[in-house]
Amino acid sequence: MQNSKVKYNYPDNNGKFADYGGRFVPETLMSALFELEDTYSKLKNDPNFIAELNKLQKEYNGRATPLTFADRLTGYYGKAKIYMKREDLCHTGAHKLNNALGQILLAKKLGKKRIIAETGAGQHGVATATVCAKFGLKCIVYMGEVDVKRQELNVFRMKMLGAEVIPVSSGSRTLKDATNEAIRDWITNVETTHYIIGSVVGPHPYPMIVRDFQSVIGKEAKEQIIAAENKLPDYLIACVGGGSNAIGFFHEFVNDESVKLIGIEAAGFGIDSGKHCATLTLGSEGIFQGMKTYLLQDGNGQVSDVHSISAGLDYPGVGPEHSCLKDLKRAEYYSITDDEALDATLLLSKYEGILPALETAHAFAYLNYLMPKTKKDEIVIVNTSGRGDKDLNTIIEKLGKDFNE
Amino acid sequence: MSKIAEHIEALNKKGRKALTIFLTAGYPNKNSFTDAAKAAVDSGADILEIGVPFGDSLADGPVIQSSYYKALEENINIKDVLKFVEEIKSEKNISIVIMGSSNPINNYGTKNFINDAKNSGAEGIIVPDVTLEEYDDFFAGTNKSIDKILLTTPTSSEDRIRSIDKMSSGFVYCVSVLGTTGVRSKFDETVIKNLARTYSIVKKNKLQIGFGISSGEDVRRFKNYCDGVIVGSAVVKLLNEKNGIELSSKLISELSNACLIE
Repeated sequence: MQNSKVKYNYPDNNGKFADYGGRFVPETLMSALFELEDTYSKLKNDPNFIAELNKLQKEYNGRATPLTFADRLTGYYGKAKIYMKREDLCHTGAHKLNNALGQILLAKKLGKKRIIAETGAGQHGVATATVCAKFGLKCIVYMGEVDVKRQELNVFRMKMLGAEVIPVSSGSRTLKDATNEAIRDWITNVETTHYIIGSVVGPHPYPMIVRDFQSVIGKEAKEQIIAAENKLPDYLIACVGGGSNAIGFFHEFVNDESVKLIGIEAAGFGIDSGKHCATLTLGSEGIFQGMKTYLLQDGNGQVSDVHSISAGLDYPGVGPEHSCLKDLKRAEYYSITDDEALDATLLLSKYEGILPALETAHAFAYLNYLMPKTKKDEIVIVNTSGRGDKDLNTIIEKLGKDFNE
Repeated sequence: MSKIAEHIEALNKKGRKALTIFLTAGYPNKNSFTDAAKAAVDSGADILEIGVPFGDSLADGPVIQSSYYKALEENINIKDVLKFVEEIKSEKNISIVIMGSSNPINNYGTKNFINDAKNSGAEGIIVPDVTLEEYDDFFAGTNKSIDKILLTTPTSSEDRIRSIDKMSSGFVYCVSVLGTTGVRSKFDETVIKNLARTYSIVKKNKLQIGFGISSGEDVRRFKNYCDGVIVGSAVVKLLNEKNGIELSSKLISELSNACLIE
């Protein structure tokens, strides 16, 4: 154990991360949230549950994922050593399965036979459809109409896996609206249904449960970097939409004060454009989808329409724990534009042979800002949260012409 | 005793259940809203529940959601809602409660909202996504000048219903069914069972039943298990039609007649 001066032990008993989090949902869901919290608190220390989850993580999900030294990218910048935590190598292509596997075991314990989920990029939808196929449970995925179009490949994958994909036409027709619709489904079918939330968002206990299931990322990374370099890293970088890959990566290091935690949000067309989702950079306190957290909203408390090239970051809120880490100044948050993310996608493809998800590319793009400030004996780890095959349509649309010339 | 509670009590003594009509503020449009509200009063509404439009309301079904989107096209905000309340109160002798999701209220400032709502003449507020657990934090520093109405649902345990009764004033809002607001084509026996259960537990406050009620027939089925009924989506839906106010007035008269205790 590292010495820690920071006493970080959130959430509290009320599901609060300092001022953030909580359970702001209609009364109908309260009993289900308590049931979930109760079941989870018993299961998380149950050796049988832990063994079953570990076995699935290893034999089905392919964990532990490697920590890869990015030697050519390191050479490109000529500064600190860059490592990549390879969540893109998880089964289904992103970190999302870490959480879905944990939650499907929870659903089984709760005796729920019907599973619902929301999805933006489709990665969480695919992960949920995958575990439902594996466990023989009915799966319904809510997805905004806009995302259904731009993530066509994942829609097809979910259908192949036996899930029903329900396009959502309300509001901005993206992740936020898919989440609203999933919550409304849960309010209606709460007695038979478990809602597998895909990120560290929503009412307590979800931000805690999803964090715990994702924290395997940081735990492995810590062991791996110590094995490789015999010391802790200096910087961790991860992209933040709802923020589950980032929290899962950061959590194990929160009490290691020397490790700088950096979350990267989507600046879309630029943070001055009004078309972005830089919640922690430009948002203010709000209450949204069951949690108190930073929120992009107008002067009347209406939630803003947001934009990112990456469907997985296209979200006006953010996990309450990130709001807490920001206010505590334990983590720093910056934003990266669509164009910068596309450049980083190409750079990583050419230098490391890895086509990252557009979400993940936001984290790599920040290296342009960070690396000049680093020293050669320092270490940076980028959480390579997902692979980019799903984004080929979007990338072709943006860059196809350049390749044909 | 709160004014709303007294009002419901007086109605019950006179031989009728209270009828609360929900209207989305600024719907069908900003100019005609107060006419729709006044017509509802003239047709037999005993209490008006006025909804603050919010684009991401979790508890609402498609009808109320689309009325919110429409109202938001005219940028209806809390200030407008308070002006509407003032205008209706200046012309009609009617109890008004304001219903709103937590975010617009938090954004306005909960303390200011409660003071300004009181000054506008509103007598109660309903914030459906603030339950027992968040009540103290959300309403911290606010006074009791206005009734805070909490909701029970079919999934609320007996203990919770007791606590909800204790923390509420004005009345307790009993959600009849699982799910969001909107017309139900039928109610099964478990619904009646739960209403009877809730009515027997709620002792301190008057109990009004809402969600899914759309006709005089529904009211007659439920009225033995409550002190009043709340109707929203069925009225809001009619307001969208060409003779909206006329049609909704007709429905409200039908509902009001059904509220008589035989």
